Amino acid sequence: MKRFEALLPFVGVAVLLIVWSLTAWARLVDPVLLPSPVATFRAMWVGMTSGKLGVDFLKTVERTIYSTAIAAVIAIPLGILLGSSEKVYRSVEFLIDFFRSTPASAMFPLFLVLFGVGDRTKISVAAFGAALVILFNVAYGVMNARKTRILAARVMGASRLRVLWDVMLLESLPQTFVGLRNGVSLALVIVVVAEMFIGSTDGLGQRVFEAQQLFDMPDMYAAIFAAGALGYGLNLLFLTIERRFVHWSGK
Amino acid sequence: MAGAQPAAKVGLTGAPPDSSHRTAPHVTIRGLTKRFSDATIYDNFDFDIPRGKLMSVFGPNGCGKSTLINMIAGLVPVDAGEILFDGQPLSSIKFGYVFQNYREAMFPWLRAFDNIAYPLKVMGVPKVARSARVEKIVASLNVKIDLNLYPYQMSGGQQQLVSIMRALIVEPEILFLDEPFSALDYEMTLFMREQLQRIFVETATTTVLVSHDLEEAVYLSDRILLLSRHPARAVEFVHYDAPRPRTLNTMSESDFINIKAHCLDVFQRESPERLRRR
Repeated sequence: MKRFEALLPFVGVAVLLIVWSLTAWARLVDPVLLPSPVATFRAMWVGMTSGKLGVDFLKTVERTIYSTAIAAVIAIPLGILLGSSEKVYRSVEFLIDFFRSTPASAMFPLFLVLFGVGDRTKISVAAFGAALVILFNVAYGVMNARKTRILAARVMGASRLRVLWDVMLLESLPQTFVGLRNGVSLALVIVVVAEMFIGSTDGLGQRVFEAQQLFDMPDMYAAIFAAGALGYGLNLLFLTIERRFVHWSGK
Repeated sequence: MAGAQPAAKVGLTGAPPDSSHRTAPHVTIRGLTKRFSDATIYDNFDFDIPRGKLMSVFGPNGCGKSTLINMIAGLVPVDAGEILFDGQPLSSIKFGYVFQNYREAMFPWLRAFDNIAYPLKVMGVPKVARSARVEKIVASLNVKIDLNLYPYQMSGGQQQLVSIMRALIVEPEILFLDEPFSALDYEMTLFMREQLQRIFVETATTTVLVSHDLEEAVYLSDRILLLSRHPARAVEFVHYDAPRPRTLNTMSESDFINIKAHCLDVFQRESPERLRRR
């Protein structure tokens, strides 16, 4: 029974692969639109090891990491600053919520004018979107620091700055990681969209788009799966870092 | 001396300065006033806290027991009045404070050892000296907990014990405890009472304990401050001088039972209607 439970996460995957194989084998869908899993994974293997897919994958990783890093460097200190005073946060809350709700893709034309066609535009739009998500989470993490813990530090004689550094900052870490995880996911979405449409010559978005234009369906599915794997992997990466460094999260 | 303070029988005049220092009240509260939006909790409240005694504050729900020690410890601002420690303001003394909610008062990102050492870090004590002092207090209190654990890996009682050690590490002149055992189960509460009694016997630190458990208040205390409904008056300052260490047997002695019954009597007289009608 225990061993069976460990296998549960793979059940859905197995079912999907079986249904997909049967559909392809019985030709329920035009094989040009839905290649078999074998053809898809072969295209993925070849693309990742010797074709363009591997290069595009790394390009997208690079852009996503850059934009998340820029977003984090700006948003974390700013979030701590805003969150440490509820009055300050309340006075800019509307702006943050407004721009957080604005689809970042709507900013492409503006950023194109500012930064021209190239990596700088893609990275900065993605960083813009991610930064607001991270900022919002960090600020809330700081604001929601347990009052008792702050009082505890204060009765021990800790100064305001020390309380901010020793207590509020650490208290906000679990929420900061929530922000980072959401931020990196959003950055990936924006980067892939940007790669599709803004005069791109590389990246996963461009790969998906090009495969579709050439009607090379195995390649297209392969690129989609690669993007999915990337998104999942980045989320997992941040979760692992969080479990390692924010060991008290949720306890 | 304050009218509401039957215990303050000490004449300051004529006594040698040394002994007067030892017997003079430790904390003097004068004209303390505190209003919340809907109620006056303290109105011109005077009280003296005796030195080197373990004192409990007991009274009806919402009469401001915790508010009293929170004002003395500077956690809640006063509206009017003066609280002095040997004539000095709070800022010039060292004190310890133990919260009811240990889970939220501990720092979960620090190991128990570093939690205990943290107040020394705030005071700027170097790391080596900090460790030495934690080792010392652990040895003197004979604590058998793995201090390399994080708070969330410990039982509630262990966490509260760590929390008490964190309050004691600065060698405070006065120790405040706000219902420290009320979040623990009964078995752990009994154990923790023994720990607190032992700590008090060893250090003789002036201790103020807020309790909602009369048995606990009487068992642990030298003095029990019985408060009225708000605006709170000191109804009585009960003495209980049974020798320490007190044990579970103490609780079946007639002296203990009489004092507890007397306190309960006063409590019922001062409590809201619904209690008295029964």
